[in-house]
Amino acid sequence: MGLRTPLFDVHVAAGARIVDFGGWDMPVNYGSQIEEHHAVRRDSGMFDVSHMCVVDLRGARVRDYLRRLLANDVAKLTQPGKALYSCMLREHGGVIDDLIVYYMDDQWYRMVVNAGTRDKDLAWLREHAGGYEVSVEPRFDLAMVAVQGPNARQKAAGLLEPGLAARALELGNFFGTAADQWFVARTGYTGEDGWEIMLPADAVAQFWGRLRDAGVTQCGLGARDTLRLEAGMNLYGSDMDETVSPLESGLGWTIAWDPQDRDFIGRAALASQKASGVARKLVGLVLVDRGVLRSHQKVVVPAVGEGEVTSGTFSPTLERSIGLARVPSQTADRCEIEIRGRLLHAAVVRPPFVRQGKAAIAL
Amino acid sequence: MSNVPADLRFLKSHEWARLEADGTITVGISDHAQQALGDLVFVEAPEAGRQVAAGEACAVVESVKAASDVYSPVGGEVVAGNAALGGQPELINQDPYGAGWIMRIRPADKAQFAALLDAKAYEAALAAETH
Repeated sequence: MGLRTPLFDVHVAAGARIVDFGGWDMPVNYGSQIEEHHAVRRDSGMFDVSHMCVVDLRGARVRDYLRRLLANDVAKLTQPGKALYSCMLREHGGVIDDLIVYYMDDQWYRMVVNAGTRDKDLAWLREHAGGYEVSVEPRFDLAMVAVQGPNARQKAAGLLEPGLAARALELGNFFGTAADQWFVARTGYTGEDGWEIMLPADAVAQFWGRLRDAGVTQCGLGARDTLRLEAGMNLYGSDMDETVSPLESGLGWTIAWDPQDRDFIGRAALASQKASGVARKLVGLVLVDRGVLRSHQKVVVPAVGEGEVTSGTFSPTLERSIGLARVPSQTADRCEIEIRGRLLHAAVVRPPFVRQGKAAIAL
Repeated sequence: MSNVPADLRFLKSHEWARLEADGTITVGISDHAQQALGDLVFVEAPEAGRQVAAGEACAVVESVKAASDVYSPVGGEVVAGNAALGGQPELINQDPYGAGWIMRIRPADKAQFAALLDAKAYEAALAAETH
């Protein structure tokens, strides 16, 4: 038996197909993954993301601590509730995890890290906390639900405490707002509008039921994966890990190089990689021939070299197979993918593939 | 619960086989298999004329999640692949024992069909798999 979120019994009762995901027993779908995917693109869907770990970081020097630990710069966060996406790196530049950090107040930041990396993240956070007198507190008492889709905020707002709902509806992208033990943020992993809502674990089953009654479709990790891939978002462990740097993972935009005297962990390694030329890059792929891209398939770039598909699926919105691949930096707009012994044609594109329900690439 | 028609034969790997009046054998994947795979998005059925051995992987079905091989229950010559699946792989989800058939084979040895699992034995295998 794996780890379970407070909604596990609710998922089973709803007929979910349960699979292991990084040690957690999680719903992969409740019937048709494609219908769940379309519900998010066209209306509203909800995901149990309670397996992800919320970590509260507190202390007088917490800002300096995070400016040392993260490749992106929390000094950019000046308004309470503002969120930042960042990688946390080893000294050699490998990605420990990708995460979102919220600026709550001058002595308190809230971080959300991946489920499968939780233990090593907490160990790393604690290892570096001492010098800064920062407390690292994982919030195992909180559950998290993502409501996503063009109608998601409107449907969920009526279920929040009225004061919180009013403030939540005013939130700009990548902002959050708190009330007691609840926290609502306008963030997500689908390429659609929506909220990620943290709430007490003992309140989540009732909240989930009320969302369902309000017409929000329950969605599993299967749809979450096709939605994030269409949105061109990386998945930790598939598209990047400790063996690659953000520069090789399509995440160069998350590195804050300025100010130049900010010595974040991994900076020297990234600078040297950049100076000597980054050999590989992460690109989007659209399969031209019939078939389905899958992670670990070999990519052949004629006259250039080889690479590997890191994520691949069938895109329900585009009705094509799409993927991400790590390829030689000189790769232009075409490559070939080896699938069951044959080389199939693929177009190299710049993600996202889909944003807000519409194709974001030329087909 | 999945549907296991009494008049079909099965493989443990979730293929079904039906003996047709003309002596050919139609092959597909079971209702249990299509449920487990989820929404199918791509099917590669074998072309007519191909010789296959019993137990040979000769078709591929891909769902949003994963690719799976389909094994031939019997040896013989493929007389038809289901071309409709090229444009409508979801036929397997909608009608696994009918419009979602994958291939038709002219068996080299009819005894191989008789040796396949009957519905009862397949149901027992399913029960063993899930408990």
